[in-house]
Amino acid sequence: MQTVMTDLLVIGAGLSGERIAVEAAEAGFDVVCLSIVPARRSHSSAAQGGMQAALGNCAMGEGDCPDVHFEDTVKGSDWGCDQEVARMFVEAAPIEMRRLAHWGVPWNRVVPGKSTYFKGGELFEKYEKEEKAGLITARSFGGTAKWRTCYTSDGTGHAVMCTMDNRCAQLGIRVLDRKEAIALIHDGEKALGAVVRCLRTGALEVFLARATAVCTGGFGRLYRATTNAVICDGAGAAMVLDTGLVPIGNPEAIQFHPTGIVPTDILVTEGCRGDGGTLLDVDEYRFMPDYEPAKAELASRDVVSRRMTEHMRKGKGVPSPYGEHLWLDIRHLGDAHISTKLREVDEICKHFLGIDPRESLIPVRPTQHYTMAGIRTDKTGAAYGLRGLFSAGEAACWDLHGFNRLGGNSLAETVVAGGIIGRCIVEFLQGTPAPTFSMDLVRAEVARQKARTQALVSGSQGAEDVFAVRGMMQDALMEGCFVFRNDAGLRACIARLQEALERSQRLGLRSSGKGASPELAAALKLPGQVRLALCIATAALARTESRGSHNREDYPERNDRDWLSRTLAYWDEGATLPRLAYEDATPVFEIPPGDRGYGGGKIIPADPAVVAAKTRAQG
Amino acid sequence: MARTLTFHIFRYNPQDPDSTPHMQDFVLEETANMTLFIALNRLREEQDPGLMFDFCCRAGICGSCGMVVNGRPRLACQTKTKDLPETITLLPLPVFKLIGDLCVDTGTWFREMYTRTESWIHTSQPFDPAKEEARMDNAVAEAIYEMERCIECGCCIAACSTARMRPDFLGAAGLARIARFAVDPRDERTDKDYFELIGNDFGVFGCMGLLACEDVCPKNLPLQNQLGFLRRKMGITAVKQLLGR
Repeated sequence: MQTVMTDLLVIGAGLSGERIAVEAAEAGFDVVCLSIVPARRSHSSAAQGGMQAALGNCAMGEGDCPDVHFEDTVKGSDWGCDQEVARMFVEAAPIEMRRLAHWGVPWNRVVPGKSTYFKGGELFEKYEKEEKAGLITARSFGGTAKWRTCYTSDGTGHAVMCTMDNRCAQLGIRVLDRKEAIALIHDGEKALGAVVRCLRTGALEVFLARATAVCTGGFGRLYRATTNAVICDGAGAAMVLDTGLVPIGNPEAIQFHPTGIVPTDILVTEGCRGDGGTLLDVDEYRFMPDYEPAKAELASRDVVSRRMTEHMRKGKGVPSPYGEHLWLDIRHLGDAHISTKLREVDEICKHFLGIDPRESLIPVRPTQHYTMAGIRTDKTGAAYGLRGLFSAGEAACWDLHGFNRLGGNSLAETVVAGGIIGRCIVEFLQGTPAPTFSMDLVRAEVARQKARTQALVSGSQGAEDVFAVRGMMQDALMEGCFVFRNDAGLRACIARLQEALERSQRLGLRSSGKGASPELAAALKLPGQVRLALCIATAALARTESRGSHNREDYPERNDRDWLSRTLAYWDEGATLPRLAYEDATPVFEIPPGDRGYGGGKIIPADPAVVAAKTRAQG
Repeated sequence: MARTLTFHIFRYNPQDPDSTPHMQDFVLEETANMTLFIALNRLREEQDPGLMFDFCCRAGICGSCGMVVNGRPRLACQTKTKDLPETITLLPLPVFKLIGDLCVDTGTWFREMYTRTESWIHTSQPFDPAKEEARMDNAVAEAIYEMERCIECGCCIAACSTARMRPDFLGAAGLARIARFAVDPRDERTDKDYFELIGNDFGVFGCMGLLACEDVCPKNLPLQNQLGFLRRKMGITAVKQLLGR
């Protein structure tokens, strides 16, 4: 058995994982990063939009500052975020953008003079100041008061990922790809590392570390339809949940996007609708104005997603071999507009659908997009329940996003949180003596994983098909725990997921399972994925209110009186359902709960005395 | 209208002593808007769960799914079956070490390249968190990004005759990496420094000029121009060195 010892083991080499690794390596610690794909293929690289940071350099960002960014973030979260965390984030973000520039990110820069931009299909003019020439510029994103999103053309995530991975190479950090952590090693109090399956050879390996950081991204692939990369499968979060000691924070907080293309669920930008694109049904009838007379297609992401689902439920969806969908129509925007302002959409249509959006309708449906849910940590990134275990990025519930994440805040979170939490890990490593590793404990965990593998290969537990059971889980979430949630649907979803969980414990491989077997990889992670799915559905059933992305048809109000809280979902050994606990959403209010100013909906107010006691005077 | 597609796929699992390299046929009904991502996943889920291939973003952004499709290296995720004949031959990318079936190890190759090209900004300036960022012309930022668009899929390496003959050749992806830093004003390396890295046969003078790299690049990177740019730069540097300047 190959055994590697290091100071810090980072599981996941996307932006947050590598950012943490850089911080620890700069402080002189030995770091190993593991990734199931070469680091630059991480899902961080797929984020095209940008990173929010209140630099205030561009004309439309004038007067921006961390306070304005803070307010946007808290409102966006529907008062579900931790306001201390949001404050740390907005203050650190501008410095982090400059640091990235120093390391090599080719941020787009302010070009002085007159330029034009589109909003709602109309052309506007703006003037960039001479004295700001060459500073980092920003673009507009939904839900923000200022243009604050720093970007690199149409590939911000890719460009920052390249720079971060270059920085890792420069510091000599061992970034090992095709390594999948399948179980944490811990003694009930401390995290000690992980058992890892090599995705080149199939061999099991052991990595022991003084601190372990799980930065494995989101878990969109629990859903059948998701914009996420295929690696965003929740296996990292499930592995942490499986300890029985660490909770998932707000598992019910999942964000959806209205326009993923069918069949591949690749995202097409909101810009299509912003610029005047319309949504049509099976009769090529424009239905959104019937539901939302004022805003029609321009209503918020969640509202549009819900209305699309509602309309398909009425039998107005377009049938296809991949399930029902609707149409996005941008034909009337014309060649000049599509070739320039919507070039990215044009390319997606060409490459992945083989259609010309000037002439053809684009098949779209709502898809899962982002998990605000994640491994619950404190503001230093330390996971609840196990010392020496940390988490950051989409994998974590730090909790910057609450019940709804703003565009541009997630990609910024990867590096900003990575920097902050990286420094906290350095302090932890400096202040904590090296643990002693009990080899009996390690051997026991390896033996457990070998036994699981053997059982799957030999079929000794059963002959359930991994892809069929995985499909059952994905469909259960799509049908009962998607954009619309209600008591009956969630109960049915939970029942199906419990059946899927039971079947997932009787899997048997159809292939040999030798080498880098994809079937074995899928089978090893499936029971954990189903447990994670059960956390989502169970927490969604318990939360009898609507907040941000969590929408209950039977409880449409945001209920601050009873639900200004964060769900903590634990999985006790041998349980068939998670155990739910709750904590206050935030230790302090800088901004007490109020109306977001968009999205509508009624609010049941919190007890004013409770709010006042926690409200921090504005300095 | 629906066609029946025949996939002729390379199979070999080096970790299985009973496995020998061979081609295997699979048959699948074509559906609307089908890509190789959809088709290969269906084959794995419905016909052979042991079939090995790589996808990650499935949106042409991450570079995981390079393979040889009917004789040409390309990204499988952005290959639509309707653009292909009824018989589709899929092979793993050459040059890279085979992991199994259609999977190859691009990760090791590219990490070695980072070290060889010293793929990072070389600067003597420390970062000062209290200071405004150093200014940069937007056109320069865009020129850097143009070369940074490489997704490391490996198609250019697989299509390169030199890379297939000499394993130490940096290839278009490696040379484009040097070009990316050569246009970046933050990097303090001189032409002489770059000459040390690529002024030889495994660098810029190893290229035979066949330019298949540019033909197959799924991101349409201007690999040919970059190569010309570096060759001129390195040629001049070589002459200067000969003249002792």
